[in-house]
Parts: sequence; C-alpha cells; structure tokens
Amino acid sequence: MSVNRHSGDGCQGACCLRVTGLGVVAQGKTILRSLDLHVHCGQIVALIGPNGAGKSTLFKAILGQQPHTGSIEFERSGGKKTRPLVGYVPQSPAFDRGEPISVLDLFVAAGNAWPAFLPVPKGMREKVRQCLARVHGEGLMDQKLGSLSGGELQRVLLALALEPLPHVLMLDEPFSGVDVEGELRLLRLLDEVRRRFDLSILLSTHDFSNLADYADKVVLMKETVLKVGTPREVMDSPEFAAVFHLRLREGEG
Amino acid sequence: MMELWYRLVSLLPFSWAEAGGLTFMKNALLAIVVISPLFGLLSTMVVTDRMSFFSDALGHSAFTGIAIGALCGLSSPMWAAAAFALVLSALFTWVRYHTDLHSDTVIGVFSSTAVALGIFIATLGGGSFTKFNAYLVGDILSVEPGMIGLLAVLLLLVALLWLTSFDRLLLTSIHPALAGSRGVRVALQEWLFTAAIALVVTLSMTWVGLLVINSLLVLPAAAGRNLARNVRQYHLFSILGALVCGVAGLFLSYYVGSSTGACVTLCLALYFLLSILGRRARA
Repeated sequence: MSVNRHSGDGCQGACCLRVTGLGVVAQGKTILRSLDLHVHCGQIVALIGPNGAGKSTLFKAILGQQPHTGSIEFERSGGKKTRPLVGYVPQSPAFDRGEPISVLDLFVAAGNAWPAFLPVPKGMREKVRQCLARVHGEGLMDQKLGSLSGGELQRVLLALALEPLPHVLMLDEPFSGVDVEGELRLLRLLDEVRRRFDLSILLSTHDFSNLADYADKVVLMKETVLKVGTPREVMDSPEFAAVFHLRLREGEG
Repeated sequence: MMELWYRLVSLLPFSWAEAGGLTFMKNALLAIVVISPLFGLLSTMVVTDRMSFFSDALGHSAFTGIAIGALCGLSSPMWAAAAFALVLSALFTWVRYHTDLHSDTVIGVFSSTAVALGIFIATLGGGSFTKFNAYLVGDILSVEPGMIGLLAVLLLLVALLWLTSFDRLLLTSIHPALAGSRGVRVALQEWLFTAAIALVVTLSMTWVGLLVINSLLVLPAAAGRNLARNVRQYHLFSILGALVCGVAGLFLSYYVGSSTGACVTLCLALYFLLSILGRRARA
C-alpha cells in the first residue's frame, strides 16, 4: 500500500515541491499522517480522494496556514531548499451580481501597494492588463467580479495567482462550476502556463473524466497517499477501487 | 478654529446661520459634516463584509457599557461604553475564528447576552431604565466643540486605517483563504475593522441615537452599491450620499422640529429608494 514512501529520490536534481512525512492532528482526530508528495516543475499533478480525505487540509498546510508535523520545502534545481512561494487559486467563491468590486479592484487590493478606493495610477492599470493578458483576459479588467462566468472567474484567479510568479501553482477544484468549454479553455491555459513558466502545478479534482488528457501524475489520497502513478495506473489500481467503488457499494447497502 | 467655521456658515442663506444666530445649529452642522463621511466610509465595508447585524448588535450593547460605567461611578460613561465595545469586538472576532459557528449565530449570542447584562445592571436594585432613553434617540443639537474635535480625530484615524488596511480588508472579505495565501493576517484585519466600528458607534451614539445609528452604517453603502461599478465609485456614492443626506436631515429636523437622527435616516432611506430606481434605469 505504501507507495512513494522512499523519500530522498524525489526531486532528482530538478526543481520540485517536496512534502515529507506530513501529519496533521486537529481536535484529537488524525486528518493527515506520514504523507509524502513530490511535484516537479513543469508537471501537472492531480490530487484525488473522497470527501474528507484531507485534500483541503493538505492545501492549507502547503499554504502555511495549518500547523503540522513533517516538512514542506521547495527544492531549486541546484538542490537549494526554500519555503515554497505558492500561487493559490481558491475554489470559485460566489459573488453577488451587485457587488461593486471589479477585476481591477481585486488585483489592486491583492497587490497591497495602493489603496483600491483611490483612483488607480495608469502604470498600475497597465500592469494589471499585462497580468490578465497571461490568461487572455484583458477584456475582463473593468467587469464586476459577480458578472463573470465560472470559467472567466477561474482565469482571473489564475492570473492573480501568477502575480508575483510563484514556485508552485495550487488550484482547489478548479473545474467545479465551470462548463465544458470553460474547462477545456482552462486546461489549455494551464498547459501553456506550465510550459512558459516551468511551474509545479498541483490541483485537486472530483472529475476523473479527462484526467488522462492533462495530468502527468495522479495522487490518490485518504489521510495519507494511497497510490501514485499515471492516470491509468491509479484508476486501474485496487486502491482506487477500494476507495471509490467500495464506498459506492456501502452507500447502496 | 470654531470662529472660522462660524464665519464660513454665516455665508449660508439661513436665519440661524447669521452672525449671532443659533450656535447649537452651527455646531450640529459641523458635527454632521464630520460624522457622515465617517459613517459613509465604514458602511462600504460593513455591507461588503456582511457586518450590518454585528454593528447593530454593537449599538444595542453599547448602553451595557454605559450602565457598567455608571455603576462604577464614572463621570463620562461614554468611555466605559467604548472600552466595553472594544472588548466585545475582540471577543467576537476570537469566537468567530475559533468555532465553527456562523457569524450571525455568534452575533446573536453576543448581542443578547450583552443587552441582558445591560438591563440587569441598569435595573439592579429596582433602578429605572428611563435615564438611558437619551441614548436611544440621541441629540445632535447638544454637541459641543470639544466633542466635534474628538469626532474629527476619529475620522482621521479611520481614514488612516483605510489608507493602510483597506486592500487587506477587501481581499479578506472577498476570500479569506486567498487573503491568507498572500500573507494577510485575516483575524487581525477583521478585529481592526470591528474595533473601528465599535469606537465610532459608541463615541457618536450620544448624538445620533442608538436606535437609528445602524442605519448610518448600512444605508449609504446599500445605496452606493446599487449605483457603483467598482470600489472607487462605491466609496464616492457612499460618502457623498451620507454627507448630503446628513446635512439635509439636519435641516429637515430643524424646520419640522423632529429628531435629527431619525430625519437623517429617512433621507438616507429616500436615497436608497432612488438608487434602486437609478439602477433600474441603467439596466
């Protein structure tokens, strides 16, 4: 059952995000235990697992917002280790259509260099336009957040996560609330981003239908890592069947 | 300072504004000009952050602080109310971040407990509640220059908070986890903001009146939101709306002889109604 426990091999000289022996206990309950994970630069790794498997806790830990045991490091290609700089794309928040916050406001507020309620200097506007251009979203700048479609909002949040350019891009359920066309567009964009910036990309998903089209590696987890491999390897594994099919049968019974 | 203001006011075409006219009206006008932008500014985040119930609870529990202050024999119970509200806002933020309760439940718990405590202390040993009635309705016409100075300092402090913290506040209200991932200390920001509301509510309740004070923290932004397309317009419509309605409410109260707080609130309600119609027209 223990796959990828042989830590130490991990990065193999290339840059990568390395999680070693991660454990989280909250209110007496074990949420994560001895979890190891490597995400290489330029790789897209999909994190799957049932509800309550600890995916969001793992994300919180990588973001530095969750006390834990074990280590989370970013290893540069030379082998030098630092704390990972994470670009985080949260699960699409719901906005009221009337909320008077524009895409530009979001970027200015996130930049924290200029109070967003004052007139925005030209140079800053231009910089935001360039950020949005990375996701082909220049036209969205003056739209209200609440008027964006699910796919558009994901692209905007992605552009935000890329500024400043992070070591690791982490997306929480990026395809929920996004239609098929939006999903394809987002996937093409992630592929483009990975090639252009050589980032490690870690995303969680419940949608297994096209994992094989984009994920270099799939990690099946529940408290700890149960199986790591190519999408085919993981989905054909007994661990995958045990976690998902057994649960289904339990549910039916 | 006040001389300059009186000379400025004497340019207005009202009988009370002439030199030697009604000083209390001139003072009240200056107080309104200071207070209303303050409320307009705060209201933008109160509405965006869904804190209107919280500010209401603060208002209701402010007299608990006054009752405690009176019990301790303080000459100016307003400061006791401010201290009590600050403690309450800190407790509230702490509970909100350390339990799984929805914030409206947390507010309900705090509000009812604080109000009950206030009534308990005020009526202890058969005391009468009527001495608190003045706080419920408020009287801006009794405001004195020293207090206006204090309110001006408060306006300055809140403006400073806005300049330094608004971005982080906004990002926190948009998405706490996203804000956290960008190094924002979410709970600290929320506390700073709730503390600002606590101070403003308790220090201005004597003039505005507890029963209507929350309308000043909700209505300007509620109307502004209907008209604005971004954060800049939102602030402009909220602050300007609060200022215009504040002054109009004061004048209205003078000429019809009614409570100023109530008149300002009614003007704001009219502004809100117009903003809905304005949005319909734009859509």
